[in-house]
Amino acid sequence: MRDVAIIASAQARNVSSTTSTPVEMLMPVVDQALVNAGMQRSEIGFWCHGSCDYMTGQPFSFVMAVDALGAWPPIVESHVEADGAFALYEAWLKIQTGEVDTALVFGNGRSSSGDINRIMTLQLDPYVVAPLWPDDRSIAAIQARACLESGAITARQMAEVASRNHRNAMSNPNALRSGEYDIDELLAAALVADPLRALDCPAHADGVTAVVIAAGDVARSLSKRSGTRPAWIRGIDHRIDSQNLGNRAITSLPSAELAAHKAGVGNDKVDVAELHAPFSHQEVLLTHALALGVDTDINPSGGALCGNPMMSAGLARLAEAAARIGDGSADRAVGHASSGPWMQQNLVCVLEGD
Amino acid sequence: MSDDVLRIRTPIGIQYTFSAGPHTSSHLHGLMEGKFIGRRCPSCHLVYMPPRNGTCAKCGVLLAEDVEVGPAGTITTFCIVNVPFLGQTIKIPYVSATILLDGAGLGMQHLIQEIEADEVRMGMRVEPVWKPREEWEPSLANVTHFRPTGEPDADFESFGGHL
Repeated sequence: MRDVAIIASAQARNVSSTTSTPVEMLMPVVDQALVNAGMQRSEIGFWCHGSCDYMTGQPFSFVMAVDALGAWPPIVESHVEADGAFALYEAWLKIQTGEVDTALVFGNGRSSSGDINRIMTLQLDPYVVAPLWPDDRSIAAIQARACLESGAITARQMAEVASRNHRNAMSNPNALRSGEYDIDELLAAALVADPLRALDCPAHADGVTAVVIAAGDVARSLSKRSGTRPAWIRGIDHRIDSQNLGNRAITSLPSAELAAHKAGVGNDKVDVAELHAPFSHQEVLLTHALALGVDTDINPSGGALCGNPMMSAGLARLAEAAARIGDGSADRAVGHASSGPWMQQNLVCVLEGD
Repeated sequence: MSDDVLRIRTPIGIQYTFSAGPHTSSHLHGLMEGKFIGRRCPSCHLVYMPPRNGTCAKCGVLLAEDVEVGPAGTITTFCIVNVPFLGQTIKIPYVSATILLDGAGLGMQHLIQEIEADEVRMGMRVEPVWKPREEWEPSLANVTHFRPTGEPDADFESFGGHL
């Protein structure tokens, strides 16, 4: 295995809607990631992109994104129809092949193009589930209900998650939603999809994340040049549960448990974990799946609850975890990304400082 | 076996709000005034017409200032459509051409009319024919077609680099 590190990142400030096109949103963030890495475009060996055509409503819309990259002379690039974190996995593999030493990975989404709760319905089984049009929030509420009724989690735990994330988001300039919320006040708030209240649900946003990764000595010399501390990827794994909702463990996350095990989360202490849990109850489930203890600072950024630009929010979690290594506030961090109904897919990345 | 369901219908309806973005909007506003507005790349100076996505795809930078181009231009290349297809609104044979508007760095597609298809040539000088002003929308469809200006053909050197 080649050592690979996240050496820089950049994010757009999450906004509830923008009139800019996806390409106009991407370009300044890609530029900023290059500036933060102290690199020229010509030094990037591989470009990998995560986005979803259903969000723009335009088939092959991801091809347009190449316009943001300055693809002349020709570049080596790829795309995943998924969160940018899964594009990072592809880029990590590309570096493992030895073909390239550096990659710029980006994920973007414009959640405001349509009714995101309804668009997400289209990721469900197209024959027997999607025709019923259950929206994303309702699907999540079914899971939350099962978790509460089974005793796996409590409503107070959900409110604690919402309260902590919104407080943490107050120090994250990119967050869309933030604030001080008393737990009893949260528990008294109106239900939007029983048992979910507004602040149990993600703040859907338009956003972009870009991350630069590099191998071994290349990462060391680039980090030295830009005066940053690389976050070494010590383990990365992603796993998937059945697409059949009736065939799934509903109050646990087997794929997250397996990915965490394979990535080696439990091999040492975890200072910081950035978890891509769009709904409050899902953060509790993930904390259990990754076996995180009370000494782990969870979602210092405020997480996806406070800013959930689809297809970018997972990569943002990896970027935030790497940034905690970078600023020295953590020596070992976990970045997590998820996708699909009830967090069907889970990617876990263990990052360490030198 | 005869009871197997072989086909189901599951209609999908999603509404989207499309945004052209600030760069293309400037071009679309121009069309409402009967003007062709492109945008120049601050790095390679190519004038994009239309300024798709607001970026120079070669340089990877945002386009800078608006540039009015045309209205006349040169046919760089073309094809003659002879095949009827569902929804066709123009009588075949007709010509679909790539037109390099004067001052633009990229060719754009449009129809050539008011000339027999077999008389259209590379290098032919053409001008836009606009719909009545009251029918204008922020769309290139405000121009129904291009027609020959009658000027002498352009030298190949003047458009050969845009093929």
